[in-house]
Amino acid sequence: MTQFDAIVIGGGLVGAAIGYGLVRDGLRVAIVDEGDIAFRASRGNFGLVWVQSKGLGAPHYQRWTRLSAEEWPALAAELGERTGISVGLEQPGGLQLCLGEEELEKRRAMMEQMRREAGNFGFEYRMLDRSELAGILPGLGASVAGASWTPYDGHANSLNLLHALHKGFGERGGTYLPGRTVIEAHAAPHDFRVEFAGETIVAPKIVLAAGLGNAKLAPLFGLLAPVRPQRGQILVTERTNRIWPLPLGSLRQTQEGTIMLGSSEEDVGFDTGQKPEIMRNIARRAVLCFPWIAELQIVRAWAALRVMPPDGLPIYDESEEFPGAFTANCHSGVTLAGAHANAFAPMVAAGALDPMMMPFSAKRFDVSAAA
Amino acid sequence: MFRPRPDAPAATVEVEVDGRTVRVPEGASAAAAVLLAGLASLRDTPVTGSARAPYCMMGVCFECLAEIDGVPNRQSCMIAALPGMRIRRQRGARDIDPEDVPDTIPSFPIPAPRSGGA
Repeated sequence: MTQFDAIVIGGGLVGAAIGYGLVRDGLRVAIVDEGDIAFRASRGNFGLVWVQSKGLGAPHYQRWTRLSAEEWPALAAELGERTGISVGLEQPGGLQLCLGEEELEKRRAMMEQMRREAGNFGFEYRMLDRSELAGILPGLGASVAGASWTPYDGHANSLNLLHALHKGFGERGGTYLPGRTVIEAHAAPHDFRVEFAGETIVAPKIVLAAGLGNAKLAPLFGLLAPVRPQRGQILVTERTNRIWPLPLGSLRQTQEGTIMLGSSEEDVGFDTGQKPEIMRNIARRAVLCFPWIAELQIVRAWAALRVMPPDGLPIYDESEEFPGAFTANCHSGVTLAGAHANAFAPMVAAGALDPMMMPFSAKRFDVSAAA
Repeated sequence: MFRPRPDAPAATVEVEVDGRTVRVPEGASAAAAVLLAGLASLRDTPVTGSARAPYCMMGVCFECLAEIDGVPNRQSCMIAALPGMRIRRQRGARDIDPEDVPDTIPSFPIPAPRSGGA
């Protein structure tokens, strides 16, 4: 039996960011992870630090996302210094292109609602028309009517981020336990025991960050995490010279030069297969935005599963039944890495979530509470 | 460094590899022509600029990327050498000039964007 100060279940971007934050705060931490067969959104994501569309009708989510985007530069710099790994962060703001006037008007209404809901917190955005865009983005397609812009958006190399968080965690004395499947878990207030094949670890704190696995794990700790898989597909082109000065939501060019094309949403359970119709639509939207993309070769394509709560908003919670147990669930492990490492982890280290996290509680799914 | 096997058919297909004329047997790949040309490398990588030459010869490693008949980033090991083919060195990422590509996209309905965005 091995004793830790905190156990983090899940070694993807969410678990690794929280684990990294906890060891930085001086805790002895174990990150428990599955093997390479895990459904791992951390290895299939788009790599955006994306703020502008987050939290329509839920301003607390917009604030949390903004907080994360603000923490990102410090996290990226710290990881670079401590691990020597560049996570390739660029935050020049972002544009979301709209095809046709109808899309543009919907977008305008959405951005205006975001601004209204932000209240005194503020939400800076601009709508760009076609002619303004053409000055920034060469080779713009005839169907592009305009775009929304906010200064908060960016992108990064999410694989390097995962690598850097793990390396930083290990270098600060964190214990990484991969290839483990939780066989049994015992919860008591401030006393948690997790058993694997022939191995037991204990700690007064536990954080469930197992992505889609949280749905089954959470009830063992008096928590609720009703997340389901939502499939997204991505196409990647060959590398080209640098063309765009900023990320474009469902299109972005990586620092290495590939252009990533997204995005899609499908409810197909735990199926990471690809569908030609979806791939075609992704490619069609891309070439309608930029006809020259049709000249490029697609060199890779894949699907991955988002970790999706019923209302699309993250779930952060602490157990009332078993104090010391926490859960973190979201589909934006890249965007929210700054918040997870620099805000959520310190709350866990301190022993309680900040009141600002209350709207993220899974209590919102409780029918009697909502009635 | 590389020589054709003694039992290989006669080298009858003439191609150009980075300015040199090379003859390869019918059915040989463009990458084989690169190796027979004796070049130490055929491209520089886009990220670090290090030199690369054909390696796996079976379509897996992408080291043999070359500009073939004016089209960049082609996997030369997966492409049969044809008479008159021009296989050219590639430096870094391919260049594309967005302003210089004509809009030849056939018209099709605009696919719906990803909904939500939460």
